[in-house]
Amino acid sequence: MFNQSQLDAIDSAILTNLIESGIDHVIFMNMAGNTIAKHNNGKSRLDSTAFAALAAGNFAAVDAMAKLVGESEFSLLFHKGEKLSIHFSKVNEETLLITMFNKDIALGLVRLKVAETVKEIIHILDDK
Amino acid sequence: MALINVKTREVQIKIVYYGPGRGGKTTNLEYINKKYRDQIKTEMVSLKTQDDRTLFFDFLPFDVGQIKGFDVTIQLYTVPGQAKYNATRRLVLRGVDGIVFVADLQKEQRKKNIESLNQLYENLETYRIDLFKIPLVMQYNKIDLKNSGNEILPTEILQKDLNSVLGAPAFEASALSGGNVIPTLRKIITLTLSSIQDQIF
Repeated sequence: MFNQSQLDAIDSAILTNLIESGIDHVIFMNMAGNTIAKHNNGKSRLDSTAFAALAAGNFAAVDAMAKLVGESEFSLLFHKGEKLSIHFSKVNEETLLITMFNKDIALGLVRLKVAETVKEIIHILDDK
Repeated sequence: MALINVKTREVQIKIVYYGPGRGGKTTNLEYINKKYRDQIKTEMVSLKTQDDRTLFFDFLPFDVGQIKGFDVTIQLYTVPGQAKYNATRRLVLRGVDGIVFVADLQKEQRKKNIESLNQLYENLETYRIDLFKIPLVMQYNKIDLKNSGNEILPTEILQKDLNSVLGAPAFEASALSGGNVIPTLRKIITLTLSSIQDQIF
């Protein structure tokens, strides 16, 4: 279970690194499909409960495929859409960070910002 | 493992309907979805094959209100029942808090029920979850076939086959008509909430 200060710090890392950079939606969730933190830019709507359940299934399926081909994991997933794209990043064995962004933002910037955020979250989770 | 968020004061609980193929797991969720439409904020998600069989899972979240200041959301999942989908069945069980085992009481399904329960035990073991300790409810589904001339297994036989050691609460049910679907759901929610109450309340 995450404590209040961890959850505050995670919210702050997501807002500062990702939402302020122009990312539409961010979900930090566990591998069981439960949402731990979610943020958006206030401009678009998303059924985050169903989304998290599907995202967990998607990531788990790809993870199982990785093992079948002899990889320990595929830690990054990226789905490109016409207007919106989705980026999945494994934070640790139990959690995932998902970002959704529109075509105005470069994938490179998203990857950079996600990497920074993942690093911060790992630090927050280790700092119990 | 239930997710308890002390900041947003939310609790998310994962309950999985498990059992052999064509046993009525999806039908249970469809009935619940229909019955509690007003309380369910989102559409039921079903990942199925072209011939309408569950491919990955069905997903139905709904709120059960507040308990001691926490908003409790129950997330119901089904697994695909077909034998070949065991890898995906195992994935769906990740983080499970409570299980409804939906057995098919048709006589020709007897072996499949037992095989499915054995596989559930093994699949849970991969997450270090003990079937004997996790909240569990047995549902003997398709009791509506009783009067249709189909050969069905008496509850005593099903209890002996599946539940003699586990000793879980058991219901005869008809997912199709809704018979005992809601009592099954209520029972698993009660058991699961009471199993995690030390963590929250």
